[in-house]
Amino acid sequence: MWHFLGELASWYATGSHWHGSSGVPVLLWATVKIAAESVLIALAVALPVGVGLGHSGRGGFLAINVTNVGRALPAIAVLVIGVQVLGIGEPPALATLVVLSLPPVLTNAYIGVRQVDPEVTDAARGMGMTGWQVLRRVELPTALPLIAAGVRTAAVQAVATVTLAAYVSYSCLGSLILEGISVGDHVEIVAGSLLVVALALLTELALAWLQRAVTPAGIRVASRLTWSEA
Amino acid sequence: MAGTASALLGDAQPWLQWGWIDRHLGEIGSAIGQHIELTLIAVGIGLAISLPLGYVAWRWKRWEKPLYGITGALFTVPSLALFAFLIPVTGLGRTTAEIGLVSYTLLILVRNIVAGLDSVPAEVRDAARGLGYGAGRQLVFVDLPLAAPTIIAGVRLAVVTTIGLVTVASLVGAGGGLGTLISLGQQNNFRTEVVLGAVLSVVLAAAFDVALVLVERAVTPWSRRGARG
Repeated sequence: MWHFLGELASWYATGSHWHGSSGVPVLLWATVKIAAESVLIALAVALPVGVGLGHSGRGGFLAINVTNVGRALPAIAVLVIGVQVLGIGEPPALATLVVLSLPPVLTNAYIGVRQVDPEVTDAARGMGMTGWQVLRRVELPTALPLIAAGVRTAAVQAVATVTLAAYVSYSCLGSLILEGISVGDHVEIVAGSLLVVALALLTELALAWLQRAVTPAGIRVASRLTWSEA
Repeated sequence: MAGTASALLGDAQPWLQWGWIDRHLGEIGSAIGQHIELTLIAVGIGLAISLPLGYVAWRWKRWEKPLYGITGALFTVPSLALFAFLIPVTGLGRTTAEIGLVSYTLLILVRNIVAGLDSVPAEVRDAARGLGYGAGRQLVFVDLPLAAPTIIAGVRLAVVTTIGLVTVASLVGAGGGLGTLISLGQQNNFRTEVVLGAVLSVVLAAAFDVALVLVERAVTPWSRRGARG
């Protein structure tokens, strides 16, 4: 045990693990970059759709069930099928991440807008607001915490999925784990895993903070509803 | 296997070669069997752990936050990292797969158990007490049946999630199941195996989901609406 911890410490202390194209900083950046890209693309696509459906009250069945289907799709399966279509490396990785990031964003945006108290939107209409104004000034601010929760789910999931993309030759933190497994190097496996776990937990904490920050003071409730409500 | 031949076929390779499937039904069947077994064991153990934890979190509210914190942190750990992390301790195999799979079911199950118990109307619990039900009898005959729809909704979610994660476990060489088909197909650049593994795991998830909806109907004949999952 202590021996292993010592080896682990010396893995982190080894300079060559921090330099060059397979050094930790490069791999970390590759992981963060593609995860962020996929969440941003998912936001650009799914947010307008989810908010639009929620505002009009149509397509609820689709918006809710897309998340359940997304959950049933094994990330590995999407990745390897992506490889068959797009080749190895970054394209299938990004495509997979986007496909898996869409559902939580879409569903949460839909539920977020849908759950706005009808009395509140009625009152807003009674005050003479147009549909667009109701959306912008009432529904969106109220839905913001749930939308942020969807982004948080998508982002944490994206970080987890990028590591799998190492399997289709996208060089990232997951590559350390797979390399360790293939050569039977337990120290490298654990060193890589710890970095991945730290990144996932940091992502979770940062976005939880963001979620709290965008929640209007009047409606501070537990708002991470993706898995219990969807 | 079909590796070199199909690599040469390149892009002309069909998505599914029915002949190959026909010749390998035995392998495919045992991969499905392993996948189901890994899933059921994981969710079974997950439930056995979550029921008491959920009860504790519901009965003594101060335990709710720490329990959600711990199970939530486990849920956040990327699956590849968790399985990999266990390899030095438990080796490559079933134990590694199951420990990882169980730990992902906990958050989902505990949350739904607490939500289910919370949804039992206070009047009903009062009435049970008035009829002389002790705490244990009330839990078994009143609280749990009424919480069943929400708990089963959690089980559905846990099953579907686990079916997806089993493929990751077999990627690191732990456990087997349909992920083995996917990784063999990937290594040999043989589309049929990749597509088959992927499609079958989605079909499996859908089949389990439908089966559990039927279970839910069967155990809640009063068919209360409000199964929030």
